Amino acid sequence: MNISQFTTEASKYAVHVDDLFYLLSIVSGIIVLLVSGAIVVFFALYYRGSPTPRGLLPERKSREIEIGWTVATLFSFLFIFWWAASVELLQDSPPKDALEIHVVAKQWMWRFQHPSGAREIDELHVPAFTDIRLAMTSQDVIHDLYLPALRLKQDILPDRYTYEWFNADKTGVFHFTCAEFCGTDHSVMAGTMYIVTPQEYARWTAAQPEADDLAHQGAALFHSLGCSGCHTPGSTVHAPDLHGVYGRVVHLAGGQTRTADEAYLRDCILVPDSTRVEGYPPIMPNFTGSVQEGQIVALIAYIKSLTTGQDRETPTASPKSSPQSSGG
Amino acid sequence: MTDATLPFVPPLDSYGESYLDDGHTVMSWLTTTDHKRIAILYALSITVFFFIGGIAIGMVRLELISPTGLFLTSDEYNRLFTMHGIIMVWFFLVPSIPATMGNFILPMMIGAPDVAFPRLNLMSWYLYVGGAAFTVYVLFSGGVDTGWTFYPPFSSQYSHSDVIGAAAGVFVVGFSSIATGINFLATIHMLRCPGMTWFRLPLFAWSMYVVSFVMVLATPVLAMSLLLISAERYFGLPIFDPSAGGDPLLFQHLFWFYSHPAVYIMILPAMGVVSEVFACFARRRVFGYAFMVYSMMTIGVIGFMVWGHHMFVAGQSQLANLVFSFLSFIVAVPSAIKVFNWTGTLYRGHIGFEAPMIYALGFLGLFTIGGLTGLFLASVPIDIATTDSYFVVAHFHTIMVGGSVSAFMAGIHYWWPKITGKLYNEFWAQFAAITMFLGFNVTFLPQFIMGWLGMPRRYHYYPAVFQVWHVLSSGGAVILATAYLMPLVYLTWSLFYGEKAGDNPWHATGLEWQTPSPPPRTNFLRPPRVDVDPYDYHDFGRSAETGDEAQARPQGEPT
Repeated sequence: MNISQFTTEASKYAVHVDDLFYLLSIVSGIIVLLVSGAIVVFFALYYRGSPTPRGLLPERKSREIEIGWTVATLFSFLFIFWWAASVELLQDSPPKDALEIHVVAKQWMWRFQHPSGAREIDELHVPAFTDIRLAMTSQDVIHDLYLPALRLKQDILPDRYTYEWFNADKTGVFHFTCAEFCGTDHSVMAGTMYIVTPQEYARWTAAQPEADDLAHQGAALFHSLGCSGCHTPGSTVHAPDLHGVYGRVVHLAGGQTRTADEAYLRDCILVPDSTRVEGYPPIMPNFTGSVQEGQIVALIAYIKSLTTGQDRETPTASPKSSPQSSGG
Repeated sequence: MTDATLPFVPPLDSYGESYLDDGHTVMSWLTTTDHKRIAILYALSITVFFFIGGIAIGMVRLELISPTGLFLTSDEYNRLFTMHGIIMVWFFLVPSIPATMGNFILPMMIGAPDVAFPRLNLMSWYLYVGGAAFTVYVLFSGGVDTGWTFYPPFSSQYSHSDVIGAAAGVFVVGFSSIATGINFLATIHMLRCPGMTWFRLPLFAWSMYVVSFVMVLATPVLAMSLLLISAERYFGLPIFDPSAGGDPLLFQHLFWFYSHPAVYIMILPAMGVVSEVFACFARRRVFGYAFMVYSMMTIGVIGFMVWGHHMFVAGQSQLANLVFSFLSFIVAVPSAIKVFNWTGTLYRGHIGFEAPMIYALGFLGLFTIGGLTGLFLASVPIDIATTDSYFVVAHFHTIMVGGSVSAFMAGIHYWWPKITGKLYNEFWAQFAAITMFLGFNVTFLPQFIMGWLGMPRRYHYYPAVFQVWHVLSSGGAVILATAYLMPLVYLTWSLFYGEKAGDNPWHATGLEWQTPSPPPRTNFLRPPRVDVDPYDYHDFGRSAETGDEAQARPQGEPT
């Protein structure tokens, strides 16, 4: 393994982070030089027994010095904060049409599911020059997907989605690893990320054994688990139609409003009582324990496809009319 | 005619009656309510815990010489760094300066015969020693593998170790902190001697005042979060378990709401100690006394509002990240001001290089490095890149260990003649001080570098590209360990063979120096009275003459 697997700046964002690091190093260097320089000079002049005359320091002058360096420090710190915040805002919200890869972390391995349906364990293939959004969840404790070459890190929580997104501009082989202590084998919960050209990525996905993409797997589950009995437009049961639901703001029976993102859809499957939409009866069964994490991912991919129009089974009009983007 | 108008001559036998002669049996120590003896009890017990925690991390550093490990399993490794963290944070760093020097010096410094609640003071030592000893027993008999941070759901559902046992001990020790805090607050409010107004308080007393508030307000939150973890683990109460509707991030909020102020519990007393030492050995009034007081208060208050900077990657909203980042930059301002003020104190001084001063300078250097790397981590993008890496490990060790322990050693050496009545060997003390500074930097500068390169923390096995930094760091740890052991030898030696110190060997101005060394049971032979500001080390009318120690004017005198 080579150190460049960690240190390469594989995206524009990584370059910005490093620039900020260099800025702070320079500012820190200046402050260290000022303080240590002053100490050295004072020692040289004022060691005990030195002949240097010591006069009185006027009270007013020392007050001006105090105010002077307080204000100077405050403004330089605010400047650094402004710089850091502007770099942070670069990572603000992921682009809407990003390629979405699902990540499931568990003690002590990583599983990745691509939109094409391809799956990999402890290896991650991603195309360069493409917006990529990782939607991540954990099956047990808190983990953290650390991508050193992209200067990114995000905790992964059980029963909840967190996100990380990037647009890599260098191809190559890089290291990724778990950064949140997760038990015995925490230190070997690592893997390899291959950033490849979009063409290579297309070839790679085509070569994967999986026949169906995620949304199609989800569609099959939608039928086999019985969801379709209620959630189809022609059903006699009074249940919400799921077309166009993803990304929309929904009003819950409890009076709250939520954006129908991955986290919400997941809650609908696992804790339907607390996420019931206003105007519908509480008849949705609880699927906790009867669906696995990977199946939830597929189901959500299917429900999303009902909105984004990738679904070929039940084509819908007006796919992009949702008023809100996904809350990331 | 009153006694007060006579030149004060203490009766001869009162010189023999130091607090050390007030009973020589073990029971006379275990049942004492004398703040000075309780301070000694604390000093002995925290020293024991410090070396236990040190042995744990010594084994970790040895193991890390090889990327594939030398002699430990991963489970043993995880238990050792957890043991190191729990012991060092709660059983050494948090009580270190307040419980030893705070207990011993604070009442003397403000002219009081004891703390406000002497029996509560003894009780807090028993709580401390009971809780800490129980936790150490748990850590030895099986151990705990969660890290000192106890994050659920790992700690509540997945760890196969005695989390509840360790949490129970830490819970009990927390009450010792709270009791000490209440005691100091009452002491400073009620027992200042005549003339000791608030703005005549030495900065060490101010630091104890601010830190007491932080201890009293923050520690209960730690108790709550440990109780909730135990309830979830033992009774299955769903507080943090997300599958039952709980929120694991809630624990992190509660935990850091205590644990960030806890960093200030460790560093504020250190700031107080070095303020005394700089003033004494530069023979100057502390530069910007009022600014020093206000900056400590500001740190104490804003310190409660920055806990979220531990959670930039935890799943917090971006707005929260920005707010906590902003407040973290703001809290750095008063810390920077203090560094400038200590430096300014040297200006036009008569600087001596006795051991306490070298330790204090070590503090200044390490606190500056630790504070500046804190700015890196307050910047969200850099924190995202470096959190949970060795960069963070090096940062907080530089503040909490480099800074606080250097100040602790500065204080011990400064007040040693007062506490024991003996002088230690100056050469060895200076040598240890310099070794400590160098050893610390050799240990932790490589950790800063490898952290920035991408080496995650709490890793038993690691990519071989980082080995060179780990080996350097482990080598530094050997130097550092030597530096920590040296004072044990020469200070113990001084107890038996050291020269008599005299009442005021440093010609310092504080009230604690205007009484015999070691002090009598009631601290002062007659109640003192204060009539000038602290740190009146120089007289401007004669200031062209150099190094005249007789210029130092005591802050007060017996009435």
